[in-house]
Amino acid sequence: MKFLALVGRTFLRFLEATGRFSLFAWYTLRHTFSLPVYWRQIGRQAVDIGYYSLPVVGLTTLFTGMALALQMNAGFSRFDAANAIPTVVALGITRELGPVMAGLMVAGRIGAAIAAELGTMRVTEQIDALVTLSVNPYKYLVVPRFLAATLLMPLLVLIGDIVGIFGGFLVSVYMLDFNASHYITQTWEYLEVHDVTSGLWKASAFGMIVALMGCYNGFNSKGGAQGVGAATTNAVVSACILILITNYLLTGILFAS
Amino acid sequence: MHRNAPKIALEGVIKSFGSKHVLRGLDLEIAPQESVVVIGGSGTGKSVLLKSILGILTPEQGSIKINGQETTNLSGRAYDDHLAKFGMLFQGSALFDSLPVWQNVAFKLLQVQRMNRKDAKARALDTLAQVGLTPDVGELSPSELSGGMQKRVALARAIVADPEIVFFDEPTTGLDPIMADVINDLIVKCVKDRGITALSITHDMASARKIADRIAMLYDGKIIWEGATKEIDHTDNPYLNQFIHGRADGPIKMQVHRL
Ligand SMILES: Nc1ncnc2c1ncn2[C@@H]1O[C@H](COP(=O)(O)OP(=O)(O)OP(=O)(O)O)[C@@H](O)[C@H]1O
Ligand SMILES: [Mg+2]
Repeated sequence: MKFLALVGRTFLRFLEATGRFSLFAWYTLRHTFSLPVYWRQIGRQAVDIGYYSLPVVGLTTLFTGMALALQMNAGFSRFDAANAIPTVVALGITRELGPVMAGLMVAGRIGAAIAAELGTMRVTEQIDALVTLSVNPYKYLVVPRFLAATLLMPLLVLIGDIVGIFGGFLVSVYMLDFNASHYITQTWEYLEVHDVTSGLWKASAFGMIVALMGCYNGFNSKGGAQGVGAATTNAVVSACILILITNYLLTGILFAS
Repeated sequence: MHRNAPKIALEGVIKSFGSKHVLRGLDLEIAPQESVVVIGGSGTGKSVLLKSILGILTPEQGSIKINGQETTNLSGRAYDDHLAKFGMLFQGSALFDSLPVWQNVAFKLLQVQRMNRKDAKARALDTLAQVGLTPDVGELSPSELSGGMQKRVALARAIVADPEIVFFDEPTTGLDPIMADVINDLIVKCVKDRGITALSITHDMASARKIADRIAMLYDGKIIWEGATKEIDHTDNPYLNQFIHGRADGPIKMQVHRL
């Protein structure tokens, strides 16, 4: 009996959290498409989320591309298919690893920062102060982060794609004795626009997830420094899990044929 | 007193957090351009009272009227109009640490009234001067200020946009006695010159005597005493007497272990 009660209670709490999150997402969307717009805030977030994430995303995809080339070489050389390495690296990076790795890194960098900042603003009553100053905290705090992450993640991933493919190129040419121009033609030849755009759609969805989880957890944090810590952890963990699940679902949808 | 048309009228306000009953049927009326001070022990719900009037917290029951209009359950444009009437000094200052001091003060001017930056800054620096802060403080970040300076910045932010009603949640706590008196004078001046209605909370009886037209005492979720400031020394209310004389013995029991 006790066990059933526990299951019931957990389930109810899950439903409640889902409901609250849905409401939060709905408010965010509604305020995204209504006036006033705080351009200065949007610009600030764009720089923070887009520009300052470049090194992290670049390094991640660079080494991912390099490792991918090495692994593929180990596998393909067993049945004499090393020629396929450029194509596999390009597809792997643009379709899967670019967006997913960038998404996870940005979840760690941006999701945590958003949750910690908004959480601190919540527990120090800065969000209440915003309200009393007649500024809607969704518009002023949530929407700029949401927009910046959703719109700039694809750009970040596009750059990440290029860097990742370049990583594969470096390893292939300097360690696996590939011919450089041959590698480049192979990549161009077999890479389709859809491979890249599908990854960019994913990136946008991941940016949305990171911003929403960060803002939601920060917004609802309570209880001082400890509460802010918990909110930050929740934001990062839930964003990472959601990114992986969404990635699977989107892969199914985008490549359904 | 203008009992007929109160600026703020609370009736039977009830607010709980879970099983914790904070306000238990609170009644309070404040006339236009009156300065009322609410006193009461720590944790009795004074800050909750202010936040309930602002609508940051929603009471479970009761009526809160501003200018005769019911304000519990406002939303959208009506809620914005409601908030536009208020200035609020938060107990913990609640300054935005991502913005320099002058932008904190000018926040409403810049973001809501869309004043141009030069004028907004001039007005912010002017208000900072009124609370005894020099223009160079305006360029600092709030985290670079002492607690007392933060309080004064928060005070400047509360009054800069000429609100009709200002709430001061412990405006002089953490200030030295001289600066506390400067702030008291400033609050009195705001009420007299600008015609604002002020509701303040303080533990500092000297400050209460100076800024209040009327004093109300909150205890156990209700206003148990209210009257003109000069009456507080001639009352036989045992709770009020204990509070203003700061005695440990009396009807108000603190939840502490005696050594
Ligand atoms: N958001 C909240 N969630 C839960 N409980 C709260 C919340 N805000 C206030 N309380 C509780 O309500 C009670 C009154 O709090 P309040 O901050 O109004 O006290 P106060 O009278 O302002 O005290 P002080 O003089 O120390 O500032 C406290 O016991 C507090 O624990
Ligand atoms: Mg308080």
